[in-house]
Amino acid sequence: MFSNFDFGVIIRALPYLFYEGLSFTFMLTALAALGGLVFGTAIALMRLSGYKTLGRIAGFYVDFMRSLPLVLVIFWFYFLVPYIGQWVTGASRPISVGAFASSLITFIMFEAAYFSEIMRAGIQSISRGQPAAANALGLTYAQTMRYVVLPQAFRNMLPVLITQTIVLFQDTSLVYVLSITDFLGAASKVAQRDGRLVEMYLFAAVVYFTISCIASFGVRRLQARIAIIR
Amino acid sequence: MDAQYFSEGRVRAGGHVNYHWNWGIFFEPNPMGTGTYLDMLLSGLVLTLKTGVLAWIIALIFGSLVGVMRTLPSKAAGWFGFCWVEFFRNMPLLVQLFLWFFVLPELLPKSAGLWLKQLPNAPFWTAAIGIGFFMSARVAVQLQAGIGSLPRGQKMAATALGLTTVQSYRYVLLPMAFRIILPPLTSEFLNTIKNTAVAITIGLLELTGQARSMQEFSFQVFEAFTAATLLYLLVNAVVVTAMRFLERYVAIPGYITGK
Repeated sequence: MFSNFDFGVIIRALPYLFYEGLSFTFMLTALAALGGLVFGTAIALMRLSGYKTLGRIAGFYVDFMRSLPLVLVIFWFYFLVPYIGQWVTGASRPISVGAFASSLITFIMFEAAYFSEIMRAGIQSISRGQPAAANALGLTYAQTMRYVVLPQAFRNMLPVLITQTIVLFQDTSLVYVLSITDFLGAASKVAQRDGRLVEMYLFAAVVYFTISCIASFGVRRLQARIAIIR
Repeated sequence: MDAQYFSEGRVRAGGHVNYHWNWGIFFEPNPMGTGTYLDMLLSGLVLTLKTGVLAWIIALIFGSLVGVMRTLPSKAAGWFGFCWVEFFRNMPLLVQLFLWFFVLPELLPKSAGLWLKQLPNAPFWTAAIGIGFFMSARVAVQLQAGIGSLPRGQKMAATALGLTTVQSYRYVLLPMAFRIILPPLTSEFLNTIKNTAVAITIGLLELTGQARSMQEFSFQVFEAFTAATLLYLLVNAVVVTAMRFLERYVAIPGYITGK
């Protein structure tokens, strides 16, 4: 069964896998989570703003994104972004966009829909007295959100936000469909070059599993700590 | 992979100063000789639904078993359930599909591996099983939460009535728990359907895959993806509507959603 399992293949590929592959995956995850959180919070604020049209646009965006498979969205943006770029910059032809930028935009736009639902729940979990008190103190809407509501919403939702980021970390492997060298892409390139699919895919599975496990263990500890404080 | 071919399509589609729209493309014959491009997309939709439904059945069966195990008093059962959920939840679905598709046949004894590789429709079965097990972890977590949300008195009353453990689950706990978790199960079912798109990587020509091949053949990127998008939205709307009826039908009297 494992008689011709070759660890050497993995060891020789380690620098490539980690410097090229995993660093891309981490970078994409971190930036997409950050962008998704900012954009998602904006969408959540739009939904809760009380302006009907604004709320409806935000609601439509969230429902729309959440009913599409991520793979299709990746394809969509891959082809669409050059045209959007042309439109934004006013260039005469579709601009060329690198693989990283294209996938980053995709994940920010896609994850924003999911992050916005989390932030919405977080904002709604704040008691009414808080914004009312902020209002009574003479804070503007922006100040209320910035100093009173959002910090608490963010803190309450931190475990959920991190869990969503773990999902995002796993989902970034789907950039494989654009043959980008993320961690799985790097593993698959080595696998195909050396004809060592078993070793490389098992190793990739172990790495994803370990990172996700450690992260979700951290989330559980965080949850316990937050639960004591509240 | 045919990724190079794919990006070439992007260059060609993007090479023109203006994109040439052609909505009539759906009624032109496809190069596979299987009718029009629309037929191609619809066959993809059928495959998406077939894979999704089979995966969902697998997810429900295994997810229910594991979910129940996690609520049993037995430590071993609880530990097994914990390991199952962590195993299938902490790996990307794409990696899991690769393990099923590329790695499993190599690890089996030679004859069994060969049989597996030569199986007709291998991508379909791999996708259904892989996505089914992946989703089973999520179903298990939902069911565990559903059973956990029931008042303790339910289990106690069942025991007091002389029901065995199996009977109390069969007649008391599960009928309640499943109805309580119906809304989250609906979104997990939709996730299952959406996840079938990941199987494009093992060569399953489901809806996204067919839209992609239509784009490769015709270079009408945006028409192909728009059609696929609309079909996914349609599936979503149908499932959500159907589940809303089901929810109303099985609602528990006395609960907020009840009659």
